[in-house]
Parts: sequence; structure tokens; C-alpha cells
Amino acid sequence: MHICVCVKRVPLTGGRITLTDDQRALSTKHLGFTVSPHEECGVEEAVQIVEREGGSVTVLTLGPAESEEQLRDMMAIGADRATHLVTDGEEWDPQATAAAIVAAMRADEQAPDLILFGNESADAGNYQVAIRVAHALGMPSVTGVKKISFESGSAICEQEVAGGSDVYEVSLPAVVSVKEGINLPRYPSVPGRLRAKRKPLQASSPERPAAQLEMVRLVLPPDSGKEVQVLGTGAEAAPAVVAVLAELGVL
Amino acid sequence: MSVLVFVEDPADELAAQALTFARGMDGDVTAFTISGDYAPAAWGQTLADLVGARSPRAVLAAGTERGNEVLAHAAAILDLPLSANTISFAPGSPPTVTRVRWGGSLLEQALLHGSTLLLTVAPHAVAADDGATVEAELVASSQHALAVAPTKRVGATSGGVSLEEAKVVVAGGRGVGSAEGFAIIEQLAELLGGAVGCSRAVTSAGWRPHTDQVGQTGTKVSPDIYIACGISGATQHMAGCKGAKKLLAINADGEASIFAHADYGVLGDLHEIVPAIAAEIRKARGA
Repeated sequence: MHICVCVKRVPLTGGRITLTDDQRALSTKHLGFTVSPHEECGVEEAVQIVEREGGSVTVLTLGPAESEEQLRDMMAIGADRATHLVTDGEEWDPQATAAAIVAAMRADEQAPDLILFGNESADAGNYQVAIRVAHALGMPSVTGVKKISFESGSAICEQEVAGGSDVYEVSLPAVVSVKEGINLPRYPSVPGRLRAKRKPLQASSPERPAAQLEMVRLVLPPDSGKEVQVLGTGAEAAPAVVAVLAELGVL
Repeated sequence: MSVLVFVEDPADELAAQALTFARGMDGDVTAFTISGDYAPAAWGQTLADLVGARSPRAVLAAGTERGNEVLAHAAAILDLPLSANTISFAPGSPPTVTRVRWGGSLLEQALLHGSTLLLTVAPHAVAADDGATVEAELVASSQHALAVAPTKRVGATSGGVSLEEAKVVVAGGRGVGSAEGFAIIEQLAELLGGAVGCSRAVTSAGWRPHTDQVGQTGTKVSPDIYIACGISGATQHMAGCKGAKKLLAINADGEASIFAHADYGVLGDLHEIVPAIAAEIRKARGA
């Protein structure tokens, strides 16, 4: 089975977000970068499927030149090759992103049996790129999946809902978006990292169409305005804590 | 302008909020539900057909998993932009939307183009109108060649207090130090009839299952009190617990960003403080 996993480079935000002067991006001078959590689980899932059933894993991203770091990270945990749609760092809206991914899939001689996405990206959270790609390629899709198995040409997907899981059966090829919790992604090993350096990476620079969801600026939400009431230090604070619990009626 | 609001369950608070949001757009608002079992692509086609038949200026839904999914299918079929998890709308040509990023730690202002405006309303972006009942028109589902529907429901959640609905959540972070360290967190949660939560660092380390994770990529909770033990307060985590009425932070680092979000704070080693609180509760109840 050939699986393509679409991932996005996002900053590791830590405790506080600060913006660039033009208010169009996060100030990332002091931040590291990673792959969105749901998508990292997508890569782990693809690697596990291929370990079990044979095949190969391609990891694809649309992002600035620096995104190669994330593609190499994903190849270090087992993806076989990478496709990099290189941007100039400007953000692409969901329609443009989906269109570029679709064009790359069509151009690839190895058509995927399964395309995996994260349910939503950690940063923009648009909840739609996977579904747009599915429609454009004429494939069925399932979102929010926390378990995948295969049975005679179909993917059996479990989607978490209140009170259990809904089971979907989709014939392959299909698009599936996964959620963190489907697995626990492995850490890259040193040999894995060394191998990743030599794995094939195909780069191209698609043209960015005009945005239809056109970001103007980013805004920090208003401060909670909370003033923390310090109840004390160490074990001596316990009576004050219990008094608060009693006051809140949870004791 | 005419606004259609897709409603999955008219009794749902979030549906009432979406309707209130639509009325705020100065809309001539019609709510509708779709007949039959959930089938996202077919329901997206239903919305697309309604857009074709009635030419509304906008189509809205609540920003739930299903609301976002159905509108994304409609957007894909119509090749229109979609603003997911929107918190405000300002008319204009094109109008400006404000939407949620990073699970609520950041907002985005964007121009929403398109002949029909598609948007979902972020949960709790607006308070539902008092006493508003959602009267929804029932629309028959359209067909779509790519439509798939759930074949069955499995694995009803086991007993115990559900994290999502717990009145008290006692959560541990990296500061707990180990899987075994969670024994004191579990004891305090049990004493208070609450649920155990944890941060992403904890599930990544394999100390707790992902079902315990509170955060942007975990469970969103809204207890009366959230007791955060050894949790630094990363945006990823705060996205999951900002619905708590009160937050008590127990942390050895007085500079931890969790204190900027906390109502109450205790400084020091959680391994001493948490058992001391448990002992104090037993003492209070014994008296």
C-alpha cells in the first residue's frame, strides 16, 4: 500500500504567543518548530501500516524552505520519501493549499492508496483541506479518526464521538484525517536520522493563487485579566486550598 | 440578507448560539436540519443544493466536529472559501471575519470572499438569545457519489467520571515526574469525585493514556474547578482548560505561565502539597 501523509510545519508556542511587527505572523525568533500533533500521528500510523502490510510512505508539505527540517524528521521516523511544495513563507489559504496538494498528487507517478491528514492544523485550524483534496480527487473521506484497519480493499475507520466511536468503511483510495491518540509517535533514532538525510526529497515551487479566505492580521485575544490569589507555599497552604474548595461547593 | 443556518440538533445550545450569531449579521434567518442518518458528503451536497436553489448570502453552522465537516464538504463542492470557528462578522465588500486559531490562543482577522459566505461559529463565541428556541425546517438529504456514513457505533465509554463532564479535574503535568507519581493525583481526584487529566508532555512520555489529555489536541473540559499540578501552562494545554470556572495552579516555578491564567496559586513541590490537601480534606470530613 502506498500512503501519502500531508504535514505542516508549526512553531512550538510554549506559554505565550507574541506577534511580528506587521501582525501577520508569530514572532518565532526564540521558538523551535515541529509538525502539527495530529499529523505527526498520521506519519506514525502510515509507518506502522507499511511495517505490517508492506508498501511505502511519502510525506508531503507545503511551506517555506525551512520545512525541510520537518520532512527529514518524518523520514527519520520511517517515511520513505518526501515531496516539498516550497513557498516564500507567505501563508496559503485552505483552497490554495488543497489545490497545490491535488496538483502534486496528480503529477506523482505513484498514486496513493491512502492519503492521511491531521484533523486540523495546530496553527490555522481550518478543518477543511483534507475534505477539499478528497473531493478534487474523487475519493471518499473520513475525519477525526482514532483507529484504522483494513479489510479487502477498504479502510475501517473509527471516529470518536460522544459516547463511543462511529465506524466508517471506505473503499480505497481514500482520504482519512486522524487525531492525536491514534498512536504514540516514536522518537527518531540516531540511525533513523542518518538514513533520513539520504532519502529522496522532491521539491517544487507552485504559484500561489489569490487568497479567498484572506488573512489581514493576527490579534492576541484580550488578557484574562485574572489576578492570581496566592494561597501559600508548600504543604502549609493545604487548609487555605480546602477552604477555597468548600467555598466553591466541590468538597 | 438571507442567511441559512444548518442545525444538527435543534436542542443543542451551540445551535442556538449559531442562530443568534446569524441574527447578529442582520440576517433574514432560516434554520434547517437534514433528514436521515449522518453522511457528511451527502449533507454537504444538500447544503450546496440549497445554495443553488435559494441563493442565500450566507450559510452557517455551529463549529462542532460535524458542523465543520458538513460545511467543509459544501465548500469543497461549491469551491467557495470557508471560515471555520468564527467569532465575529463585520459587513463589507468583502466582509471581515474574526476566527479562532491555536485553539483560541490567537485570533485571525480575514476577508471572506465568495458569492455565498460559508462560516461556522466557534462554540461560545456568542451567548444564545434568552429563551430562543430553534425552529428548524426539515430538508431531505441529497445524494453524493462519495458519500459514506457510519455503519455502526462501538465502544461505549466505560464507567467512572468522564473528563469532559467532571465538576472537578485534577490534572498533572511534567512536574509529576513519572507514571507512578500520578497516584497522588488520582487520590485527590477520587476524594473530590473528579476526573484525572494531564498535559501533552505526560501522554508523550507514556505516563498516561491520551484519553486523559486535556488540551488543544486532547479533551476540552469545563469543570467548576481545575487543579493544575506541575503544569507550566503552554498554549496547547490552556486551549483545553480555559472553559474551567476556576483554576488552581500548584507549581514550584513562580514564573510559570499557568499563573497568568490561574485564580488561585500554591507555590512549591506538588509531591508535598497534593497529599497535604488530600489529608486536609479527610480531616475536614472526619470532623
